[in-house]
Amino acid sequence: MSKATDTIGELVSQDYKWGFVTEIEQDIAPPGLNEDIIRLISGKKEEPEWLLEWRLKAYRYWLTIKEPTWHNVHYSPIDYQSVSYYAAPKKKLESLDEVDPELLKTYAKLGIPLEEQKMLTGVAVDAVFDSVSVATTYKGKLAELGIIFCSFSEAAQQHPELVRRYLGSVVPYTDNFFATLNSAVFTDGSFVYVPKGVRCPMELSTYFRINAESTGQFERTLIIADEGAYVSYLEGCTAPMRDENQLHAAVVELITHDNATIKYSTIQNWYPGDKDGKGGIFNFVTKRGKCLGRNSHISWTQVETGSAITWKYPSCILIGDNSVGEFYSVALTNNYQQADTGTKMTHIGKNTRSTIVSKGISAGHGQNTYRGGVKILKSATGARNYTQCDSLLIGDKCGAHTFPYIEVKNPTARMEHEACTSKIGDDQIFYCNQRGITKEDAVNLIVNGFCKEVFRELPMEFAVEAQKLLGISLEGSVG
Amino acid sequence: MLEIKNLHVQAGNHEILKGVDLKVNVGEVHSIMGPNGSGKSTLAQVLAGRETYRVTEGEVLYDGKNLLEMAPEERACEGVFMAFQYPVEIPGVGSAQFLKAALNAIRKRRGLEELDAMEFLTLVKQKIKSLGVDEKLLHRSVNEGFSGGEKKRNEIFQMALLEPRLCIMDETDSGLDIDALKIVANGVNALRTPERAIVVITHYQRLLNYVVPDYVHVLLDGRIVKSGGKELALELEEKGYAWVEEEARAAAQA
Repeated sequence: MSKATDTIGELVSQDYKWGFVTEIEQDIAPPGLNEDIIRLISGKKEEPEWLLEWRLKAYRYWLTIKEPTWHNVHYSPIDYQSVSYYAAPKKKLESLDEVDPELLKTYAKLGIPLEEQKMLTGVAVDAVFDSVSVATTYKGKLAELGIIFCSFSEAAQQHPELVRRYLGSVVPYTDNFFATLNSAVFTDGSFVYVPKGVRCPMELSTYFRINAESTGQFERTLIIADEGAYVSYLEGCTAPMRDENQLHAAVVELITHDNATIKYSTIQNWYPGDKDGKGGIFNFVTKRGKCLGRNSHISWTQVETGSAITWKYPSCILIGDNSVGEFYSVALTNNYQQADTGTKMTHIGKNTRSTIVSKGISAGHGQNTYRGGVKILKSATGARNYTQCDSLLIGDKCGAHTFPYIEVKNPTARMEHEACTSKIGDDQIFYCNQRGITKEDAVNLIVNGFCKEVFRELPMEFAVEAQKLLGISLEGSVG
Repeated sequence: MLEIKNLHVQAGNHEILKGVDLKVNVGEVHSIMGPNGSGKSTLAQVLAGRETYRVTEGEVLYDGKNLLEMAPEERACEGVFMAFQYPVEIPGVGSAQFLKAALNAIRKRRGLEELDAMEFLTLVKQKIKSLGVDEKLLHRSVNEGFSGGEKKRNEIFQMALLEPRLCIMDETDSGLDIDALKIVANGVNALRTPERAIVVITHYQRLLNYVVPDYVHVLLDGRIVKSGGKELALELEEKGYAWVEEEARAAAQA
């Protein structure tokens, strides 16, 4: 055992490969949170008055509530007054040519040069650098179809009626401590609206990146698919190396009308902290979709490999009859990472269906928790849920935990729940070795095999990236 | 090709091999027989590079090189193959994917081009057909839910695909019915070439009816106490191991 664990130890001990800080002049608000800061953020964004009021309501509510403690993650108390709530590149930019070359270099290091992406991948990119969107591509092509794909700030100015109608309609500002904080101080994010009957012809993609020291990231994303519309949205992140813990509290809201589909895929690779558990991002995310319309469909796929703490439950409220909610997740914790993640499926409409496939991988001292809630309300006649939550352990110092909650109020519901925990065995690795496969490759094979049901839900290029990322994230974890 | 000199091996504090000497030349088939607990499987595992065993004395040369210094995957790439007594299940990992990773690792080491998916599939399908193994096996996870016979046949199929130079078969015949035994034996015989050596470790003489060895050795209490031709296997089948034990004891006292 010891030998294999040692090698596991070596693999896990690799440095974070994407740690670098871009030096760009930043416009940073002083640390601390008060109504003036919120007015400053809203003012910088030239927001309409109602939005400022909404933020302030959220802030005042936030002051009355307490940080949750029910989760299975442990961290030292966050001093919300020491966080700076706004950072933006100084000038506003209209096109790529105006983008700071330093920034473009950062993207190049990440392997996502915008120009090349335009030509090679056919992916429209709304690149969020810290809090303000600096470059949006492919807008023209999307505009021809009536698809709106822009930064949240831009949407608040250009399409206030849409934003006002849907903002907070899935995640109200009173929802939870972190979502409420986000509602008060969110700086930017993405906005997508796909009109009736339009199928978005390309994957929409946003790369987020935390860049300024001590700047919390408060993204706000809102995606609406109108009747019969379809859109696939990709979110991917990497973050630079640093020592201090950084607070990240994002909110994502999805809305599907009749016969509409939203597929939302995430690769999350924020800085996880070093091998001793120092530093790393605190990632408290509220993601929820509302299947408003009949036969509508929301699918969440996530690959979570980063962050010191991941607290995230992409959920679906299935209101429309025959609507479908899906959650496919791979969460990996290595070194001292902690993840408490899962989903909540709330069945309200008739014949609503949900599928949950969760794969947790723990290595090093990582702690991985699946938390799921499936609720079948009285009205949800003929509802069905299938849940599968599997855990894979690498080494003997990590942990896997599952907390599935099931609440059924309609006797016609059909529920299935499967769970299993396995461990990568020395004998499995030796068997691979004996066939010429190195330890690292053996672990990759086994881990990717374990995750394949989730990976096949990802768009092709994302799936390839996800596999590589798992490999890198596990380096040093197995011998 | 393989030279084992005075090999002593411990598991924990328990000495299992107590000075094994064995020389295997290319083109030869050797059989190592012995009762349960005599150290047969330990010898196979040590040759394959299992780290749970500790070599305390002696050496193993493979093509003149120190085998014991090589990592298990290096040994595999250099052409050492062990057919496992209990092949492990690897859920989720497709057999085809596993074999492609193995074959390409070995090809890379030998300075050959890695095969792409199409080339690999063509090769693998041809091999699997020639062994009479069901092609569906390729779509299943490695050994997962395989019957005992399927697992053993899968080992032989892998051996045929990876084309090792030294094949070590660790009780491949155990738990096989007569039909499966014949399939395994045919697979082994097809691999019997002048460029390859085969070491068949077995408890029973049964397999040796089909894979006829050039030499038979008796491993007893961690030592090879008797060697002979194929007729020795028949003698053991008939008389059991007790008389060899007697002989060995007498020799030790003399």
